[in-house]
Amino acid sequence: MQNLKSTPLEAEHIKLKAKMVPFGGWNMPIQYESIIEEHMQCRKSVALFDTCHMGEFYFKGDLVNTNIEMAFSFKIGTINVGKCRYGLILNERGGIVDDCIVYRLSADELMMVVNAGTKDNDFNVIKSVLKGNFVFEDRSETTSKLDVQGPFSRDLLRKYFPGIIDELKYFSFTKSSLMDQEVILSRTGYTGELGFEIYMPSIICVDVWNDLLKDEKIKPAGLGARDLLRLEMGYPLYGNDLDEDTTPLEADLSYFVHFDKDFVGKEALLKQKEANLEKIRVGFVCDSRRAPRHNYRIFKDGMDIGYVTSGGFSPSLGKGIGMGYVKPQYSSENTALELSQDRVKIKAVIEKIPFYKNGSLRK
Amino acid sequence: MSRYYSKDHEWLEIDNNVGIVGITDYAQHQLGDITYVELPEVGTEIKQFSIFCTIESVKAASDVYAPVSGKIIEVNSRLENEPEIINKSPEEEGWIVKVEISDTSELKNLMDKASYENYIKELD
Repeated sequence: MQNLKSTPLEAEHIKLKAKMVPFGGWNMPIQYESIIEEHMQCRKSVALFDTCHMGEFYFKGDLVNTNIEMAFSFKIGTINVGKCRYGLILNERGGIVDDCIVYRLSADELMMVVNAGTKDNDFNVIKSVLKGNFVFEDRSETTSKLDVQGPFSRDLLRKYFPGIIDELKYFSFTKSSLMDQEVILSRTGYTGELGFEIYMPSIICVDVWNDLLKDEKIKPAGLGARDLLRLEMGYPLYGNDLDEDTTPLEADLSYFVHFDKDFVGKEALLKQKEANLEKIRVGFVCDSRRAPRHNYRIFKDGMDIGYVTSGGFSPSLGKGIGMGYVKPQYSSENTALELSQDRVKIKAVIEKIPFYKNGSLRK
Repeated sequence: MSRYYSKDHEWLEIDNNVGIVGITDYAQHQLGDITYVELPEVGTEIKQFSIFCTIESVKAASDVYAPVSGKIIEVNSRLENEPEIINKSPEEEGWIVKVEISDTSELKNLMDKASYENYIKELD
């Protein structure tokens, strides 16, 4: 058995009878009682997620002279203080090292939030481009994060953050205090619902978790629900839909690549832009409740044209949904596909993401 | 009527030579939210301990094995649109197929309720 890391909440999850699974090197709750109920809880009320496993880096230094822009596919210097931005870390080949969110804490301070499984590599990759005087620290061990997601999340959090919570715009954050500690409250998440992420010193995490759960509107939700929620929104998951052999152009994430600046991997991407892509990420909806799974092959009129990277049953649509990579000539909307592995054959149609369009994300 | 259980967590209720087949409460707990059942066709001949049906949960697809050999004479078509019945009532309303049993001597390969309960205790 591998040595799994524990979040401060492990004992709380076990108390709540969560089913625990290894994820990105961590022992995490996949579900408490029912993945579908936890999913609907987030779509209809509020769900609480333990996301302490994710990595948080802290940077302080002159953004121009430290070369920090080179580490990200997106512009760091134009992020306003109090705002955050989603984007990618790339390798020289243009392959995706990780997806992340960068928070502009002040003129010369950043927080970077990265995936658990890739954290150490991300740290080294970012550090390898930095020059001159800077502070760059991995603060994941002392930072905990809870995600409060769902249409009533603002109502629920108002008593902790009166006033400021109503002013917080999508992809913005603010410093505040909770249980006498400084925390960062951001209006972000990966569920498609109105939601907030709270970054706090790990010492208060258990108390905050338990205090939040006193409200009957909120229930804990595990990684199973989280995976379906992000899948319904068509958000890619690193390790499934994104990896070092896939570029942002292939992953249909060009929006998060700013070609009017320099960054690691830019030349490779420019070259790829000139040539034809060999694969592109698409989303598809199945004609039944049957769910495609990771690594199923994708066929068009009997021809093998690609593979599934994420799939599942969509509780909101009542159908199987998924994402995968196909040859670009077969990537247009309404293209009929067959997804297959062994005896399983599923009919599906390429559809625009998000699959779920009624989220409260921007409300 | 008497009920038998397999090591693969199927139950079989016998009434004369007709058996009703489903998965146990233990099995549905292991699977979690059931989202799809691939029902076999009526008339299909099934063999003891071979796959006759696939159940999908949110997490994975799992095969269901026939507790006895025989011919499928009825399927629970409610499961097509309400597969979650198996979560709610695995050993009653969530039955999967009815089978005309071809060889009752195969029943000796199955467990009674008490033995099955001991068996799952050991698994936990």
